[in-house]
Amino acid sequence: MSRLNRDQLVQMAKSQIIEWTPNQLDARRKAKEAITVVDIRERDEWMQGHIPQSVFIPRGFLELQIEQHQPDRDAPVVIYCAGGVRSALAARNLQEMGYTNVISLIGGFNGWKNASLGFKVPKVLNEEQRIRYSRHTMLQEIGDEGQLKLLESKVLLIGAGGLGSPAALYLAAAGVGQIGIVDYDTVDVSNLQRQVLHGQSDVGRYKVESAEDTLREINPEVKVIGYKEPITSHNAFEIMSGYDLVLNGSDNFPTRYLVNDACQMLGIPLVDASIFMFEGQVTVYQPKHPESAVEGGPCYRCLYPDPPPPGEVPSCAEAGVLGVLPGIVGSIQAIEAIKLLVGFGEPLIGRLLMIDTTDMTFRTLKVNRNTECPVCGDHPTVTELIDYEQFCGLPSSTHAADAPEVTAEANVNGHHAAEKVLA
Amino acid sequence: MATVYVPTPLRRFTGGQSKIVESAATVGELFQKLDGHYPGFSDKLLDGEGGVKRFINVFRNDDEIRALEGLATTISEDDKVSIVPAMAGGR
Repeated sequence: MSRLNRDQLVQMAKSQIIEWTPNQLDARRKAKEAITVVDIRERDEWMQGHIPQSVFIPRGFLELQIEQHQPDRDAPVVIYCAGGVRSALAARNLQEMGYTNVISLIGGFNGWKNASLGFKVPKVLNEEQRIRYSRHTMLQEIGDEGQLKLLESKVLLIGAGGLGSPAALYLAAAGVGQIGIVDYDTVDVSNLQRQVLHGQSDVGRYKVESAEDTLREINPEVKVIGYKEPITSHNAFEIMSGYDLVLNGSDNFPTRYLVNDACQMLGIPLVDASIFMFEGQVTVYQPKHPESAVEGGPCYRCLYPDPPPPGEVPSCAEAGVLGVLPGIVGSIQAIEAIKLLVGFGEPLIGRLLMIDTTDMTFRTLKVNRNTECPVCGDHPTVTELIDYEQFCGLPSSTHAADAPEVTAEANVNGHHAAEKVLA
Repeated sequence: MATVYVPTPLRRFTGGQSKIVESAATVGELFQKLDGHYPGFSDKLLDGEGGVKRFINVFRNDDEIRALEGLATTISEDDKVSIVPAMAGGR
């Protein structure tokens, strides 16, 4: 074995690999070539700035993690360090793994900056966050970047009940920066069978206040904003504006149509779900954003153009609900919310997930956008919020939307409701 | 024989069964047959004007039948027909 000093070793390495200048890399990228760019420096160096759209794999982990980012041995992989020495040595390690197109960046990140090319200084997780969210950040789909997105996200929950409870717990634990909760109801003993945000000692308290205490205990970093009022056509825009995503856990049709229409008009994605006895439905309504190439999917009105006549479909208060069911369904909503906020996976856009817990089947059905839809269709006719009680065949009331446990339709039909309903 | 998935609210008519196997040429015929076995069944689904109520969706496999041929949508041996009504529950 030959004995080399460091200069000789670097010399030899460079003779065995390809090197590009920063401008060469920049030109190839501008020509839309798909190139994996890997920063192999230490974390503190990466944090002070790095080449945009590069991945961070410290040199010690390079061979162990490269396949997660680029398994194709013939694809171009550019690696860089601070000055082009470490990357020249590291390039040989990738060649040993069969990578045939490894390029070391001449001059490294310093060379990149000196060529006046743009770089990115990442926002960083603090030490406590790094530990708290470590199981997230080690997932390639989330990473530090995804976690930072969650920390900056704002999610509005309609209802702090069966669906809102598990969703709020997991979203708070996941580090969603701001959680708004609309609910003017108070905690009742009959809620505790499923509404796990609240406990025995919360009975009689406002749900938003109880929720705030529970969420703060799980994650003090999360900002919780309670709206102790029913959501109506008059306040919906005011409450919902500024939120990145709405998660629907309401219990009546007027609120469901209201929240759908408002989300479509404001362009906010809606993670929708409903439950009944042993069954659940979950889907995502993504409004279109042509300016950012978001095609959008169907909305609630595409799926259900008209509400059922009052009393035709029973509520959980009338027919009952298995307490664990909202636990599953609300948790699935939380997953969809996180996927949308971080931007990975395939959200349930244009797909309706049907869950039947009696035989434990999960099925997804296709939902098409209705081009004639009055709200999200090609020629919308409903362009402002309407009277949703009236739309659902109920007497107009400023307080009927998002009514508490006994729904408006049950009130209308009194004790006969259960006989007239589908069940 | 097609398999019909019956949603919870309609299981009152089917003696609690969530899946029913039945052969029929079209979705409409299928509902007619089911109504024969379970009187009142199709009243809950049909709007009386030759269509399915607007707050109920009927799928042949993955596809909603309004996007196909409505009640005239044909069904074959291994098809799955799902009845999906609007549900409001969340609390």
